[in-house]
Amino acid sequence: MDLTFNAEERAFQSEVRSFIAKNLTEEMKRATALTPSVFSDPDIGMAWQRALHRQGWGAPGWPVEYGGPDWAPAQRWIFETESARAGVPNVNVMGVKMVGPVIIGFGSPEQKNFYLPRILSGEDYWCQGYSEPGSGSDLSSLKTRAVRDGDDYIINGTKIWTTHAHHANRMFALVRTSDGPRQQDGISFILIDMKTPGITTRPILTIGGDHEVNQVFFDDVHVPVANRVGDEDKGWTYGKYLLEFERGSGIASAKLREGLKVIADLAESDLTGRAIDSPDIATRISEVEVDIDALEMTELRVLSALQTGQNPGAVSSILKLRNSEIRQAVTRLGVDVIGHDALAVEPMRPLYKLNHEPATPEEMLTVVPEYLNGRAYTIFGGTSEIQRDIIAKMMLGI
Amino acid sequence: MDLNLSDEQRLLRESAERFVAGSYDADHRRRMANDPLGFSPAVWKQFAELGWLALPLPEEFGGLGGGAVEIGILMEAFGRGLVSEPYVATVVLGAALIDRCGTNEQKQASLPKVADGSLKLAFAHSERAARFDLAKITTSANKTAQGWRLAGSKIAVLDGHAADEIIVSAHIHDHRGPSGRIGLFLVQATTPGLGISDYPRLGGGRACNIELCDTHLPEDALLGDGSDVLPTIEWAVDRAMAALGAEAVGIMQTLLETTLEYTKIRKQFGRPLSANQVIRHRLADMAMQVDESRSMALRAALKADTPPVERARAASGAKAKIGKCARFVGEQSIQLHGGMGVTEELEVGAYFKRLVAFDTLFGGSAHHYARHAGLGRTTASA
Repeated sequence: MDLTFNAEERAFQSEVRSFIAKNLTEEMKRATALTPSVFSDPDIGMAWQRALHRQGWGAPGWPVEYGGPDWAPAQRWIFETESARAGVPNVNVMGVKMVGPVIIGFGSPEQKNFYLPRILSGEDYWCQGYSEPGSGSDLSSLKTRAVRDGDDYIINGTKIWTTHAHHANRMFALVRTSDGPRQQDGISFILIDMKTPGITTRPILTIGGDHEVNQVFFDDVHVPVANRVGDEDKGWTYGKYLLEFERGSGIASAKLREGLKVIADLAESDLTGRAIDSPDIATRISEVEVDIDALEMTELRVLSALQTGQNPGAVSSILKLRNSEIRQAVTRLGVDVIGHDALAVEPMRPLYKLNHEPATPEEMLTVVPEYLNGRAYTIFGGTSEIQRDIIAKMMLGI
Repeated sequence: MDLNLSDEQRLLRESAERFVAGSYDADHRRRMANDPLGFSPAVWKQFAELGWLALPLPEEFGGLGGGAVEIGILMEAFGRGLVSEPYVATVVLGAALIDRCGTNEQKQASLPKVADGSLKLAFAHSERAARFDLAKITTSANKTAQGWRLAGSKIAVLDGHAADEIIVSAHIHDHRGPSGRIGLFLVQATTPGLGISDYPRLGGGRACNIELCDTHLPEDALLGDGSDVLPTIEWAVDRAMAALGAEAVGIMQTLLETTLEYTKIRKQFGRPLSANQVIRHRLADMAMQVDESRSMALRAALKADTPPVERARAASGAKAKIGKCARFVGEQSIQLHGGMGVTEELEVGAYFKRLVAFDTLFGGSAHHYARHAGLGRTTASA
């Protein structure tokens, strides 16, 4: 057993570092630091995607024949860790990490040839049409319906919590194509051009003051049958496959560590009257740091199992659950660290393009919005309650 | 970066698990609980034969040159069976201190005997007034014409009643007065003026309090050259905490499995307890905390020989986190067993008590989060 990197891995680490140093501009870094929502805005995120693509690193998890870099699990770990440390923007994960793997796994040759290069290059920006107003945790009860009409489906219904639907030019969606005996049957996985007539998008503001999610309405929207991925009525299988990716991309600890560092820096600063001098704050920082250490070790154990071709099992639900809970602990701590400055609300967005002097120091601007928006971490991608159900079923057999 | 077990480590784990499953049943544990020695000399002999006593000792003194990870593998298996042999006292603490501090002659005199099972050790350091502060001891060792005179009291000495030699820490006073250095003294159990009062330890095994009342020791009782050994004591205790953390993981794993089985069998309102979501979620939380603890124990072991601050933060982080998880898993195991969980008729209580002892030993979660915080920040990962 060895917790340190070998010479080859260290060489890769310096390659990643020098790539980031060369390509990550101060502007991108500042914009990322001042983004209190889950995802970076596309102007920032896609600039980074293009830089990654030029390097051949546009889709770290993809097989090499589709443009993936063919990294070993340890290299992915190093890449994600160095990226988090440097504070790089979020790329369009709905494209690279969600729909990409589904198209690779189940798409037709035509779909692969058309969509995959456009995800890599950043030409397409994807959103995810899963949840509906009546279908949250019970996702397979979804009602948005696609009815065959010649070579088209005609889609009617609505999707909600659609992250960046207002930026996206494409959506992948789960729609009902028939009514099977089980509600999981009769669902199809479909790719939709967001410019198709009949689609309207309504913004939803979250409690942190950000416009990140939307409700999308479909009113007799014609989508070619050729845009269906895989078999009709078998979409639930593909959709679940994707959720595994959403939950267990498996490398979250480095980002949590950076998030905690921002809060610990504030706690050590005169801006907060050195909040860290309160033993309660100092101990809570340690408590969260130790939780991150534990998550990191679990991630590394999974990674080691993957390296030797072992199946790590239902641990992706543990990783998702702990990541979301620790993230909330970090943001909760942040609010307590900044004290009275938590009272100031900055309604303007984006925070990196304010045209006035904010009421609090810049490094505090995201603290309260991150805490408030961050309540969603234990809700999206399967609530914590659903994850506990999965752990009980998959790990404990009950 | 590789956290997979090597072939040797896998074999070690298998043989330890097999031994514990075969030799350590409820009957054996009950006998040991009422035994004045608290463990079985026959089992100790088997430990020697299996090479476990030699495992972490240097090869030149009859050891196998293993490290903290190997100790952890063994300890996790010990936890599964609630093993009560004095392994931590003799091997993890005692032998490690002699190896680090002793002169070549002292190592030669002790370590091969530890390896072959003929010498048992204990480490007497904690004092009532010092609480968990390793530096705050007051026991003194005065230089005399013939050697040393020790005075002071020690508490919570693991397995001190069974030790042939006890390693006692004391402030060194030479002819100029207090030196400001802490030294370690090898005290024969039969030394006059050494008062040992032993008691059954919470969760199995025994411990003792020790009175040193003008205890006279020969010149060569001092381990090493008399330089300050506090950093070595901290190293050894951090290492012991990693080992005990691994043992706690084994205990928690057994409790989780036992409780899971019980909730599947026990029926109320016409269905098994495990059919209730509140029960399933509780068990999911328990499983998650066992897994986090496993990660932390392994992390502390892998960092047991890194530079002091990194090592100490890993050890304190693990001790604090595993302690917190251990309390949760232990308390919930009792809760989910209902009234039976509170009785001596089931073994859940025995496993729980060992976890409480673990959490307390060398300082509880609050102490170790505070120590972790006091050691300053490190931002480096892995």
